[in-house]
Amino acid sequence: MAIATTTGGRSRALPLAWKAVKLIASVALTFLGLLFVTFLIGRVVPVDPVLSVVGDRASQSVYDRVYVELGLDKPLIQQFWIYLQKVFTGDFGESFMTKRPIIDDIIRVFPATLELATLGVILGTLLGVPLGVLAAVRQGRLADQVVRVVGLVGYSAPIFWLGLLGLLVFYARLGWVAGPGRIDISYEYDIAPGTGLLLLDSAMQGRWAAFGNIFSHIILPASLLGYFSMAYISRMTRSFMLNELAQEYVVAARVKGVPEWRIIWVHALRNAAVPLVTVIALSYAGLLEGSVLTETVFAWPGLGQYLTNSLQSADMNAVLGGTLVIGAVFVGLNLLSDLLYTLLDPRVRRRA
Amino acid sequence: MTAATSRREWLLSEQPASRRQARLGQGYRTWLALRANPLAMIGLGIVVALVVVALLANAIAPYDPIVGGDLRTERLLPPSGAHPMGTDEQARDIFSRLVHGSRITLMVVALVAVIATPIGLLVGTTAGYFGGWVDSVLMRLTDIFLAFPRLILALAFVAALGPGIENAIIAIAITSWPPYARLARAETLTIRDSDFINAIRLQGARPARIIWGHVVPLCLSSVIIRVTLDMAGIILTAAGLGFLGLGAQPPQPEWGAMIAGGRRFIIDQWWVVTMPGLAIFVVSLGFNFLGDGLRDVLDPKARK
Amino acid sequence: MSALLTVEDLRVAFPARQGPSEVVRGVSFTLGRERLGIVGESGSGKSQTGRALLGLTPPPGTATAKRLEFDGIDLRSATPRHWRSLRGGRMSMVMQDPKFSLNPVMTIGRQIMEALAFHGRSSRAEKKARALAMLEAVQIRDPERVFRAYPHELSGGMGQRAMIAMMLVTEPDLLIADEPTSALDVTVQIEVLRILDALVSDRGMGLIFISHDLRLVASFCDRVLVMYAGRVVEELKASELDRARHPYTQGLMNCLPRIDSDTRPLPTMTRDASWAP
Repeated sequence: MAIATTTGGRSRALPLAWKAVKLIASVALTFLGLLFVTFLIGRVVPVDPVLSVVGDRASQSVYDRVYVELGLDKPLIQQFWIYLQKVFTGDFGESFMTKRPIIDDIIRVFPATLELATLGVILGTLLGVPLGVLAAVRQGRLADQVVRVVGLVGYSAPIFWLGLLGLLVFYARLGWVAGPGRIDISYEYDIAPGTGLLLLDSAMQGRWAAFGNIFSHIILPASLLGYFSMAYISRMTRSFMLNELAQEYVVAARVKGVPEWRIIWVHALRNAAVPLVTVIALSYAGLLEGSVLTETVFAWPGLGQYLTNSLQSADMNAVLGGTLVIGAVFVGLNLLSDLLYTLLDPRVRRRA
Repeated sequence: MTAATSRREWLLSEQPASRRQARLGQGYRTWLALRANPLAMIGLGIVVALVVVALLANAIAPYDPIVGGDLRTERLLPPSGAHPMGTDEQARDIFSRLVHGSRITLMVVALVAVIATPIGLLVGTTAGYFGGWVDSVLMRLTDIFLAFPRLILALAFVAALGPGIENAIIAIAITSWPPYARLARAETLTIRDSDFINAIRLQGARPARIIWGHVVPLCLSSVIIRVTLDMAGIILTAAGLGFLGLGAQPPQPEWGAMIAGGRRFIIDQWWVVTMPGLAIFVVSLGFNFLGDGLRDVLDPKARK
Repeated sequence: MSALLTVEDLRVAFPARQGPSEVVRGVSFTLGRERLGIVGESGSGKSQTGRALLGLTPPPGTATAKRLEFDGIDLRSATPRHWRSLRGGRMSMVMQDPKFSLNPVMTIGRQIMEALAFHGRSSRAEKKARALAMLEAVQIRDPERVFRAYPHELSGGMGQRAMIAMMLVTEPDLLIADEPTSALDVTVQIEVLRILDALVSDRGMGLIFISHDLRLVASFCDRVLVMYAGRVVEELKASELDRARHPYTQGLMNCLPRIDSDTRPLPTMTRDASWAP
């Protein structure tokens, strides 16, 4: 908004370039900070990193050699530099548990999380936006109250608990959906490796039976995540819409004789969409967080489960790698929402 | 005219004679508005009930929360008159465990608030008051912490510090302060250059004194409201950590850990998982209802 | 001259903690194809009067009247659909500040064409031609460019011309102008007024011109209603302004600075409780 009012005087192209530089610099700084925090956490772990490599029966000379190899004799800041170099070459170290490079593990499990969170945010948006609009239009009336309570319930229920109850009711009792896991063993080898997004892969390969099985597995956890993002999206949509519906251009549209549905869905929503994109991106990032608990409940072989398994076996490299990846996705989504903001708002866009 | 109505009139007076009357009147109007909101009153009732239950846990709980009954005859009993919420796999009365667990929940909420609020206030007011590079450094730090999803960062901290309720509280507090710092900074920026702050500065007060003596008190109320709004999130994060085995350790009756413990029995003994989850749900719903109502009353812009 | 608009005992009320509070309290007037000015300070109810005439009293407010007729149509019993066909088509309103009253994410062209979309059938090309012609009529030199522009790309004066174009493109019979120049720079005000003046004269519309600026209204309109606290306290011909009898009108007149006399101390308005019984 503030950008729109700067006129005259200064050149118009320069502030945009400057803004882009600042944005990139701030993202880079945040990411550096992210790395430093994970690095520090890794250093304060009570587990001795040398012992986890050599085992506790190694001789003192072997211990000392590994100590130097790991760079632990160097000053902290130099260690951080080494850590940085490794991370940028995709080297998060080796998993204590699987003895494989952590980056490989993460690449293997990430699509499962991505698929689940994406479906969740799609469901959340498809439900949340219309509900939020409805609540704003019927402000203070029954529909508004219902949407509000439904949203607050979503804010209040522990996601892992709802997941367990969902499994109990819809899987164990009613048998409407498949149980934990991503796909039944019997279908697993029907699908050739592809994007790793099983719904997409099975559909593209025309394996519709497998598709059905995958869908039946994913629908419950995805609905659950969708419910949580719906709670957030509907609430924010309501507040943005109330703000827009009170604007003068809405009155102007009424003066022109524009029907109410068009005022709501075209005039106001189009304006509310600008901040709403940020909210949807944030809720997408929030679902990555929710996935840690959801995946544990649904035995979903994604990043969240990988993280919790690593935690339970004190596999610190894996924990930090997973944390870093989630943090990076978070930062990336924030950046993306900033860019989308620019695309949607003509007041900013025209400066490009 | 009775004393009650005249007191009411004194509170609602349009021309308060003293600052105290104005402030009390403001508080009373807030209360009246809050009372008119049924959801907020339900929320307040739940929160008050939580505090009462936590205080009187020993008197309310019929059984011991840690030591169970007879393992041969009293394991996994369904809800009944003797055990209103049934028993768990160690023959412990679930209702008693929930009652005692309310203390843990309350402690987590209180401690996180007590740790995170001052950190947020200090960072935010300092950044806002000094501006310049101090502001840049502190706000960058805040952004870094905000860049992590809260639960994930708490997970990493607990992984480093070791599991346990104390470490869980510290981890949640460390991940909770950034929004408060942002808020406190924004408030500070609006009052930093006001005349009364300038007057104090001219009298020769040191920055530390101005910040703690004059800026912090003015930011306090909005930060406290924000903390209240966050309480439900704190409870859910603590329960999530407990569920993952990183919070309170058995045999402590922490609600999240109780759900994790009952997971194996969910198909046949549904109550073992359902009851603690219901407790978490009701309490955080209470905080959310209350917070939502408070926001409506105190922030007319959001209500509109 | 037959009346275009007849208003009798118009009241607009908003609910408040102590019962409903009326912001317009019994306004009556008739309007032909002429220019009527409504003057008053902020809060006098002049803008709410204008909005009530278009059926746009913002909820939870309500507007009631003994008579409210537009060209023989009883507006009190009009359905929302009927209202919509009248608004934009036969009656319209120019609002105060184009910064807020134009939709920021729609191009000017789309917003003008939208006014045509719900009144009568015409092809896209026809609509575009009419919109461009209208932009030309408000003396915009490069209509094609403005047609494609977003509101924030126009200056205040240009924006208000686009607003006038948007509201007049359907050729309404009644135009309400609610402080149409208050948000503009003084130098631009005259131009915009001149454009509005020409369009109203050419097309023979009825105009209700709402403003707090008594002198402006007097120079622009045939008749003036002076409002205070929700009531019309005085109705005068614009040419007979100096014969105002009501102390409030006299006060408004005296507040105007004069170039030929040195009034010290500056006169201020003293209000009398009896003006708003």
